[in-house]
Amino acid sequence: MTATRTEIFSAGIVEAGLGTVTREIPAGEPPPWPPNAELTWIGKDVPRLNGRDKVTGATRYTVDVRLPGMLHARFLRCPLPSAELRKLDTAAATALDGARAVIALARPGDRLRYAGQPVAAVAALSPGVAAEALAAIDAEFRPLPFVVDMDEARAPDAPLVYDEASAPKGNPSGFPAAPGLPVVGNVRGPAVVRRGDPAQGFAAADIVVEGEYRTQVQTHSCLEPHAIVADWRADGLTVYMSTQFTSGVRQELAALFGLPLNRVRVVVDGMGGGFGSKSQLGVYGRTAVELSRLAGLPVRLALDRHEEQIDAGNRPGTFQRMRLGAKRDGTLTALAIESHGTAGVALGAGIGFFAERIYTCPNFETLQHDVFVNAGPGCAMRGPGNTPGAYGLEQAIDTLSERLGLDPLALRDRIDPSKARREERRIGAERIGWSRRHKPGADPGAVKRGMGVAQSLWMSNVQTNVACEVRVLRDGSVEALSSVQDIGTGIGTVMAQVVAEVLGLRPGDITVRIGDTEFPPGGPSYGSRTTASITPPLRTAATRVLAELGREAARMLNAAPEELEAREGRIRVKSDPGRSLAFRDAAALLRTDRISAVESRADDYPGFRRRMPDAAMAHEDLGGVQFAEVAVDTETGAIRVERVVAVHDCGRPINRLLLESQVQGGVLMGVSYALLERRVMDRRTGLMVNADLEHYKLAGVHDTPEIEVVILENLQGNSATDAYGIAEPANIATAPAIANAVYNAIGVRLTSLPMTPDVVLAALGKTGRS
Amino acid sequence: MPNEPEPIRHFRLNGRNCAVPAADHTLLVETLRETLGHVGTKQGCDGGECGACTVLIDGVARLACLTRTGECEGHEIETIEGLAAGGRMSRLQRAFHERLGTQCGYCTPGMIMAAESLLRRDPHPTETAIREALSGNLCRCTGYVKIVEAVLEAAGAG
Ligand code: FES
Ligand code: FES
Repeated sequence: MTATRTEIFSAGIVEAGLGTVTREIPAGEPPPWPPNAELTWIGKDVPRLNGRDKVTGATRYTVDVRLPGMLHARFLRCPLPSAELRKLDTAAATALDGARAVIALARPGDRLRYAGQPVAAVAALSPGVAAEALAAIDAEFRPLPFVVDMDEARAPDAPLVYDEASAPKGNPSGFPAAPGLPVVGNVRGPAVVRRGDPAQGFAAADIVVEGEYRTQVQTHSCLEPHAIVADWRADGLTVYMSTQFTSGVRQELAALFGLPLNRVRVVVDGMGGGFGSKSQLGVYGRTAVELSRLAGLPVRLALDRHEEQIDAGNRPGTFQRMRLGAKRDGTLTALAIESHGTAGVALGAGIGFFAERIYTCPNFETLQHDVFVNAGPGCAMRGPGNTPGAYGLEQAIDTLSERLGLDPLALRDRIDPSKARREERRIGAERIGWSRRHKPGADPGAVKRGMGVAQSLWMSNVQTNVACEVRVLRDGSVEALSSVQDIGTGIGTVMAQVVAEVLGLRPGDITVRIGDTEFPPGGPSYGSRTTASITPPLRTAATRVLAELGREAARMLNAAPEELEAREGRIRVKSDPGRSLAFRDAAALLRTDRISAVESRADDYPGFRRRMPDAAMAHEDLGGVQFAEVAVDTETGAIRVERVVAVHDCGRPINRLLLESQVQGGVLMGVSYALLERRVMDRRTGLMVNADLEHYKLAGVHDTPEIEVVILENLQGNSATDAYGIAEPANIATAPAIANAVYNAIGVRLTSLPMTPDVVLAALGKTGRS
Repeated sequence: MPNEPEPIRHFRLNGRNCAVPAADHTLLVETLRETLGHVGTKQGCDGGECGACTVLIDGVARLACLTRTGECEGHEIETIEGLAAGGRMSRLQRAFHERLGTQCGYCTPGMIMAAESLLRRDPHPTETAIREALSGNLCRCTGYVKIVEAVLEAAGAG
């Protein structure tokens, strides 16, 4: 048994009044932090430490990496949505002057299942030669029947994407991908989650609301493409990769190529966005390494935008049937969802987790199905499952509130157990001016305004396989190290704030070294878990290093180590701050050039709700409530989102500037999802028709509403920092908040995404006119 | 057949004379990134759709992925690397840094160059003018809020 001690933590939502919670914590953990108002750097607006490099063009992204002798790789991809590979002859390509390696990724006789599926790859001296080599590959494809539309794929006579034996068995990054589900035709499932007795719940209901909702396929559209530079050498493999998980990719590479972990190094400096799509090694990563191994030279493989759109992941499209039963007072008696979703040739299109967790409802059932179609594999994308799931459920709740004659906020006060969201509703309603909200469709005139609200829920994820190191050098300089990568959120700055807070220095005094598996394993940048995973061990490590330094300083100051504190660049005696040493002078007393402490993520103090091999879920979910105000032009059908108020919680906020930026970005990605984005597949050719950034519309600067962000300080006494994440919650509530606002504006409910002008006009019965 | 040597193109790059080989079809973004190693200028699309490659040609924002290097003969090109004169961040760079106009930062060089072009012709632009000037530049991370704030701040400080 590890020794423990008892501590009293501030707990509760600071904005709503604090209480305390008593925790038994491991003896080695640092003492509780007070609320942010009493801390120097935590919770403050600290600009990004590496911001100068970003604004001067000095940051090196994977696409910028150039190694001596580096080759350029490209894929030959299947041009058809479904085909048998009849012939693959790479002799001419191999013989081409300047081609250095060619590999086949499929064999004659293989079934190819989507347009864009990699078939072969080449590495050559230049991109131009690589293109020539691709052209020299003799490949023949026999077209096979295909289906790209989810509804058509569900028909009994639809062409089969897989037979039962070849269908994928599971997928760790999505729901419902449980193994062992039946496959009938192109439909896999249902994955069933049930509690209570839904039939009885509906029988007991005073009112039943039903609805059908549809969401589109969205592509991640990171501005930096998927890219890797692989450098295979006799003494080991180094990979530069635009990845959300350096240490995960290292594990994949070691297993795949039979290398010991200490011979594989994964490095990323600048990273141009991921949103879930850069979480694994992927076929492109594996291929680049294989080419480098064959050629004996470094190989660069970066996808172009067309490839990004067809084969770099996407958010699955869904069709959701919802049924809600409630008592007159709003109490839910039953909730049933049947969903079909498609992640193309992959799994992971479920949506049920959101509904399972967010509202109190004794009788609950989801039946979720994955539908295979001949399109590129989906993968996790910002709030996977919950983002499309919230679009359906939060509209159903809005409908229920209207049918009950209850304000949507009052209904949620009744059925939502989350304390954080209750406070968020209160604050948000005040900020947006909820009392101004009129009845649906009551705005006179051609341009109608409306207001809507929707809620967010995401798991408080923690990676337990996480460690970091803090070093103090004899000249007083400080380093914080971890393999964690900064995908844009600014985790390095957050790390510097934590270390600076402990050591009494400024964030700028801390040199942060991250994005390299030579450092302790930092965990992934997905699942909104990075801050939650890395800041507690970092604080603990910094505390330990400080204790070591304090022993030296104590001798010099004639004090006991426990009497000291680190503040404002000095180590001083708490009761007599005049007796002090500059941090630098204390470091000069060290016996060695460098001291260091490595710490790993301890469990949350009250334990976890759920544990997985390398990760866990904290007890309390993350909340978030968003309010939207829209103007709908009933003549053109155009929806304009004028204002969004986004109120969120993430435990203890560490850097409000960075958090605000993430929430603003999440909201705009939600606006884009709600109004603009959609992967369009041509049913006749089976090809994506908008595989670019011109016809695939992303929200631009003109589409940005006024976005007001409020972040609560929600203390729970859970860890050394009590901090959790925000990226995903920020995206989940936006589309349904807009949909509810549109309903409030025009009095007609839109139930499919994206809510484009033609959809609006059709809903208003104005199709064909204009 | 023997490869023709590529013609040498002469232009000014960030205030210096530059002579660089480039074939007729070579794009400025390739010359900057591949031949000259100026990788601050980014590429985010297959041509003309994202604004990440925005540079200044004779002080005006242009897309380096749609400009042939040959067309630059005799012209003045500025990239993100040229803005921090003597290592000091320009007012726009400072504002993007302090107001957090970046997340992943991949769109940032293009955003800053587009905004720079605006501020040179209109030192005190309205917010509408700023949005107009940045309308060809995509950002997937920030929601643009702090980008617009940064440009407004730089304009105010100008
Ligand atoms: S690279 Fe996208 S516009 Fe030039
Ligand atoms: S900061 Fe990532 S694309 Fe703009």
